[in-house]
Amino acid sequence: MHHLYYILQLADNALILGQRLGEWCGHAPILEQDIALTNTSLDDIGQARSLYQYAADLFYALPEAEKKAAFSSPLLQQVAGPVDEDSLAGLRDAWDFRNILLVEQPNGDWAQTVARSFFFDIFQFLLYTELSKSPDFRLAAIAEKSLKEVAYHKRWSSEWVIRLGDGTPESHRRMQDAVEKLWPYTGEMFLPSPGETFAFEAGIAPDVASLSDAWRAEVVDILQQATLQVPDNNWIQQGGKEGRHTEHLGYILSDLQFMQRAYPGMEW
Amino acid sequence: MKYSLQRYGDYGDREAAGSAQTAPQNTAAEWPLWEVFIRSKAGLDHKHAGSLHAADARMAIENARDVYTRRMEGVSSWVVESQHIHASDPTEAGALYDPAADKIYRHPTFYTIPDEVGHM
Repeated sequence: MHHLYYILQLADNALILGQRLGEWCGHAPILEQDIALTNTSLDDIGQARSLYQYAADLFYALPEAEKKAAFSSPLLQQVAGPVDEDSLAGLRDAWDFRNILLVEQPNGDWAQTVARSFFFDIFQFLLYTELSKSPDFRLAAIAEKSLKEVAYHKRWSSEWVIRLGDGTPESHRRMQDAVEKLWPYTGEMFLPSPGETFAFEAGIAPDVASLSDAWRAEVVDILQQATLQVPDNNWIQQGGKEGRHTEHLGYILSDLQFMQRAYPGMEW
Repeated sequence: MKYSLQRYGDYGDREAAGSAQTAPQNTAAEWPLWEVFIRSKAGLDHKHAGSLHAADARMAIENARDVYTRRMEGVSSWVVESQHIHASDPTEAGALYDPAADKIYRHPTFYTIPDEVGHM
């Protein structure tokens, strides 16, 4: 069961961030960046798909009693046929989502979108680098394929942090504000959930707490290049991995899940 | 012959605007235009793919990647700021290019090529 939850957590992070970035489609400040963000969004949703397919297979392999206990979302429990990637993404309610709070934060201004991606991309690159060596071959294959995409995401977001931080007084102020605002959501990445503890103890994933130093070193380096202050607020906003989300997730899901809920099993 | 710098891609725009120094007002704060050249696979030439806006060369490479290579069009990109490309004047196209039209002997099509050479 915890194996399933671990894979879902990875998938949910990718899906929710992908959905958030996709909200920029048609609204980005310049056409080229609109396409850049949409590409990234599709990379994330592609990763989510691979992970949900894996999660669906893990779910299918569970004993019947555990299948019933795995989720408490009514619509998912009512799925007649096999649970698949679409039902996992489209029929779980917010409390069954395990993404970190960071990725569901609103797009805000450009700086806030950049800061959110920046914090997450650095983490995801470190994580996938380790996962690509996992003895869980399916997970390792997904991580390895995603790693090239994430390397580009990280490059994109890091450069924007530097460009805005070291840009005009206004862009500097906005970038600093965004970093301060999202900083409390970064600590959750390194607090292991039961799923992550299971995956670490089973030897298929790194201890997330151990990634913290490398993450911080890389983030501090970029912030310094960007002439930005590293926040000294160490308060950690948490709960997402446990299914306790900010109010934002409900709004995201009402958009994301509309088709699947209004027209169950629809294909196009 | 009077020489003047022509910028690729915007011939006529600048003339219509008056002089090289007076750009239309809303473009003053915009990012410069870049021309993008993509190599589709190793060994082939970089070919002009189009243009885009970017704040600097690094961003231009990234934008080129996102705009022009998302369907596996390329393995390498060149970008050059459009203002650095000098173009021939379309009004001189006759003098520059028409004289080549009747010089068919400049094509190496009068040689028999051995079969072993294959496609040339």
